[in-house]
Amino acid sequence: MNDHPPSGLSRRRFLILGAVTATAFALPPFISLKAYAAHLEQPAMANVTFEVNGKPQALEVDNRTTLLDALREHLHLTGSKKGCDHGQCGACTVIVDGRRINSCLTLAVMQDGAKVTTVEGLGLPDRLHPMQAAFIKHDGYQCGYCTPGQICSAVAALKEIRDGIPSHASPSLTEPPQLITSELQERMSGNICRCGAYSNIIEAISEVAEVSA
Amino acid sequence: MRAFNYSRADSPAAAAQAALAQGTRFIAGGTNLLDLMKLGIETPQQLIDINHLGLDQTEATPEGGLRIGALVRNTDLAADPRVRKDYALLSRALLAGASGQLRNMATTAGNLLQRTRCPYFYDTNQACNKRTPGSGCAAMGGVTRQLGIIGVSDACIATHPSDMAIALRALDAQIETLNPDGNTRRIAMADFHSLPGSTPHIETALTPGELITGVTLPAPIGGTHIYHKVRDRSSYAFALVSVGLILQKDGSGRVAVGGIAPKPWRVEAAETLLPQGAKAVSARLLDGATPTPDNRFKVTLVERTLASVLAQARDEA
Repeated sequence: MNDHPPSGLSRRRFLILGAVTATAFALPPFISLKAYAAHLEQPAMANVTFEVNGKPQALEVDNRTTLLDALREHLHLTGSKKGCDHGQCGACTVIVDGRRINSCLTLAVMQDGAKVTTVEGLGLPDRLHPMQAAFIKHDGYQCGYCTPGQICSAVAALKEIRDGIPSHASPSLTEPPQLITSELQERMSGNICRCGAYSNIIEAISEVAEVSA
Repeated sequence: MRAFNYSRADSPAAAAQAALAQGTRFIAGGTNLLDLMKLGIETPQQLIDINHLGLDQTEATPEGGLRIGALVRNTDLAADPRVRKDYALLSRALLAGASGQLRNMATTAGNLLQRTRCPYFYDTNQACNKRTPGSGCAAMGGVTRQLGIIGVSDACIATHPSDMAIALRALDAQIETLNPDGNTRRIAMADFHSLPGSTPHIETALTPGELITGVTLPAPIGGTHIYHKVRDRSSYAFALVSVGLILQKDGSGRVAVGGIAPKPWRVEAAETLLPQGAKAVSARLLDGATPTPDNRFKVTLVERTLASVLAQARDEA
């Protein structure tokens, strides 16, 4: 830690540094800021504003708060699930600025200004998103824990195909990717279903893909 | 996770200067760093968010190549029409790595800087010279099926996990950096990652505060580009062995191999043997390999994967 804001960091940004600097004034002169920071244990807080499912949100969070924890613990949007918390299972998948990401592997403070869509923002119980309706129709789940992540991921994956983004399963890099089963399977590999509902999940996505293609 | 301070840098120069402070790390995609912070393997006191520095563009260079900004996401790089057409090996390598969600977050620079997936590095109850220098290496005599067979040392047999880096090595990419003193430099991919020797915690040529600003590709060299990744499941798994090949019509070419070493493994002298076939190339490429009983199969797997890739390239040419 420096005594002064590192040059080029705005004052507003530097204020986020918060706790260390504030507490450091009480330190005896023989303890350096740097040595004190090395033993920092109390949380540093930050203000973050973003839009979630079309609604502006302003939160004060511990810097350590992931986007997933901000959604679940602060905003009580518990559709997004914490499966592994390490980006391996995909249960936390949400759509940020139009793209699917693992919300467990990004900090809430990093998403300041972002537009976030969770499964709660895709459809409502009486007005389901076509992907939600297709998962029900094709029995694309058993326990349902991975389902919100699967649905957010599937919606964004179809957009990736429409946008012409290739995948490992694309036979050609120069032709637009096709709406075929092997493409959908490859693109959904970041979403694990331990009940093994994969074949029904692919059927659900395929139905939506054919309708919207 | 240990508490840390967070700030967004306003410029690359400010980011590099701020990063000189002890315990400071840059954060971009965050997919690897945050994972390691949750496990207590990375314990930064300060994170400098570099996502808003405008380093997210890919542009043509006067030499006919491409300059890829450090913050270009893996998805965007793989989908860039110029990369798909002229550097197909790079697109294919990127698409063989991680998941759609992760590629949407992961950046070009972050991909280069990701840490090993050695299970002993990840388990803080185990000795690891990379995580805690001097503590020993629990992988020695342990489960080593996934680990390295060449370029490794008595201190560490971890591999570098990146697919993208294999392509960048074959394409002779250069890493552009900015130092806290304002100086810039270019580092050849060949020199960017370090071999472990007795200091496996030193993984790259970067100095304190040095910020990767971009990656430059030389003008396209043509040829048939193939990236073949052999893994335990057909998607979303790290490589046991991966082979990146660029084969020219005259039979010359380039080969870089992943999954076997602490850095992308390319031996230019082995490439001159390409007309003799996979066996000769593989023998030269793996000269001096020190596999364990658990991962000796990788020696054979490199040869056979290369043979398969060469056959495919000749079919496609």
